[in-house]
Amino acid sequence: MTKRPGLRLDRKALEGVLTTAAAIVLALLIGAVLMALSNESVIDSMGYFFSYPWDFFSRSFDVVTTSYGALLDRSLGSGEGLANTLNRSAPLICAGLGVSLAFRAGLFNIGAQGQIILGTLAASYVGFTWDLPGPILLLTSVLAGVLAGALWGGIAGLLKAATGTHEVISTIMLNQIASFGVLAYALGELKSFQRPDDDLGLPQSPPVPDAAAFPEVLGVHMGVLLSLVAAAVVWWLLTRSTLGFELRSVGANPDASRTAGMSTAKVFILTMVIAGGLSGLAATMMINGDQASNNASLVGSVGFDAITVALLGRGTPLGSVLAGFLFGILAVGGGAMQTTSAGTAPEVVQVIQSLIVLFVAAPAIVRWIVRQRRKEPTSTFAAKGVSA
Amino acid sequence: MKKTARIAVALSLAALALTSCGERGDDGDSNAKDSASPSASESTTPQEQHPDFKACMVSDSGGFDDKSFNQTSHDGLVKAKTDYGIQTAEAESKADADYAPNLENLAKAGCKNITTVGFLLGDATAAAAKKHPKIDYSIVDFGYEKPAKNLKGLGFKTDQPAFLAGYLAASQTESQVVGTFGGAKIPTVTIFMDGFVKGVEQYNTDKGADVKVVGWDAEKQDGSFTNDFENQSKGQSLAEALIRQGADIVMPVAGPAGLGGLQAVKQADKKAIWVDTDGCVSAAEYCDILLSSVMKGMDVAVEDAIKSSIDGSFDNTPYEGTLENGGVSLERIRQALEGEVGLTEKRMFGGLAFLVHGNMAAATPDAAAQASPASCISFVRRQSSHKGVPCSCRSRG
Repeated sequence: MTKRPGLRLDRKALEGVLTTAAAIVLALLIGAVLMALSNESVIDSMGYFFSYPWDFFSRSFDVVTTSYGALLDRSLGSGEGLANTLNRSAPLICAGLGVSLAFRAGLFNIGAQGQIILGTLAASYVGFTWDLPGPILLLTSVLAGVLAGALWGGIAGLLKAATGTHEVISTIMLNQIASFGVLAYALGELKSFQRPDDDLGLPQSPPVPDAAAFPEVLGVHMGVLLSLVAAAVVWWLLTRSTLGFELRSVGANPDASRTAGMSTAKVFILTMVIAGGLSGLAATMMINGDQASNNASLVGSVGFDAITVALLGRGTPLGSVLAGFLFGILAVGGGAMQTTSAGTAPEVVQVIQSLIVLFVAAPAIVRWIVRQRRKEPTSTFAAKGVSA
Repeated sequence: MKKTARIAVALSLAALALTSCGERGDDGDSNAKDSASPSASESTTPQEQHPDFKACMVSDSGGFDDKSFNQTSHDGLVKAKTDYGIQTAEAESKADADYAPNLENLAKAGCKNITTVGFLLGDATAAAAKKHPKIDYSIVDFGYEKPAKNLKGLGFKTDQPAFLAGYLAASQTESQVVGTFGGAKIPTVTIFMDGFVKGVEQYNTDKGADVKVVGWDAEKQDGSFTNDFENQSKGQSLAEALIRQGADIVMPVAGPAGLGGLQAVKQADKKAIWVDTDGCVSAAEYCDILLSSVMKGMDVAVEDAIKSSIDGSFDNTPYEGTLENGGVSLERIRQALEGEVGLTEKRMFGGLAFLVHGNMAAATPDAAAQASPASCISFVRRQSSHKGVPCSCRSRG
């Protein structure tokens, strides 16, 4: 075991990459079957399958190639499409990093959604109300978003450290409070959050002015770069810093870490603060990046997709970047499938996303069960051969 | 191996038996065939067909299957397809970030008229209309101060039929308390509640009654909301709360979440008024407790806009659905009118709408002069006394 650790690690890493690739291919194949079977002309052709079997196969082939062709063409096939995809990936990457980081400390952070919502409120409010010169406005707006997310994440960390409240429960509750409490109240009741020129009182804020927007190059906003920087910082934090060591140690075994003299309370709070800050950064990708107007449906399911991004990325920063990009492709391309002649529903993409995660998670679950039987205490992510 | 082979044969025989009755259509490429050969099944009068015209629609993040305004608007598109033999395409949005790309994809797909649904698409639609001046855009439930020449807002004066509903409810209540709740505090929801309250007030003035409304304070613009159009249990608990406050007629304005309200009303053996669509069709299992439905004809408005786009008369004048033009209406009371000599639907609605507008008399002089709202309502009440329910759903056929 100690003889050739390098090779062993490589083999495990390779195994992980292969499993993920296989999961993606398998999910796309099942997606293809769903597309074909949900298409009207294919269903028609099944009615006389035994008279003209070729119809069924040729039409299925047409539907699948048209749909996947549109998916790839619109998301990667043009400069505009690629820019859309990158912009769409940025919030997924940032929030995915936040969830990954918490995973590594043994915390299951379901709260990205709430943290992003708080981030959007703060970043957008500062962005459209404060009167500051250009770059400073952008900076303060982004900082406000990050801090708001950090605060919301920190509450869950504090509750865990001080009272032992399980973070799954507290973050789910904080999601609800953020969405139905803070957001609904701010946009619905407070005039200062709503559009000043709107006397209807619609629950939406104005988009931030250009001064508070990330500069764009060829349609790609600077936030995309920022998300990659964030990934590098998280990598450094995890592998090169003292806090990162403590974090991984607590993730692997909190009791042993406490015995060794580490403060688990400090690790829980700091981890959730940083994770929340990363989710807040994800919020700025929408507010300052897309210059979207804030409303009840702006965040959509990004906070929950972030969990699947982190799972697919196996809790590593690079994994989160790649998984976020893949989900960006699926999000942009998935919508394009319905306007083709095949008219494939965008829901197929959601099925594909779920299947990918299921297939990635299934072998891990199997492995985890096997290890439990052997009574080798280990965390889920350490078990996957994540470089330590 | 033998067993496997036997199973395979059995399966294929079964499949053959199941599928042999199917027939192949004459053309192999069926993707485009539906739109090119429309069936005239629904339209009674044959319309001119326009196979070259393409009308499209983008949903908001609720999707076309939301049993609410996306779905009703989509019905208008489907109806236009059968009536005018046009091609259609649609794009369902899964997130706010989908709006702009969906609009762009449809513009590229050759759409000549694009309808968007809901205020959330307001900015994206305005931007698309500016970018593609040759495409006609209309947006349901939204309006602009200065719309582009190819951009039309489709609005609805739902306070008019809601006023009638309030008047009706006030005339029917036994507890002298009626209630309403909303899905979210946005103008397109509260306009129903405002109209409802005004209708009750009008009844109180006319009859010297003292019917109260719970769930919405029109003066303070504050009341009960689910803040969620999906969650039926929230609708149920809000309706239960209103019933506890004494309400025996409840009007939920909360889309699918309102179905929970109907459930609560049914359990408590009270009455309800449905909104947006005809409740006896969209929520048929509750038909027996529904006094009436406040109809918001989004499908009619969408189809009209598409039609004007086809014949070239499309302009940016905002559409406003009223009782007069049939864009909004109070459903089911109509059934009660069947067979009654001299009391036409027009007269009844004209008379009631007189109260809403005040100056409706100019538009329909005979209606306002001859029919007073009180007589209409008392007529409905007479029906209810011998039939048990004010409007019979059976009469719809």
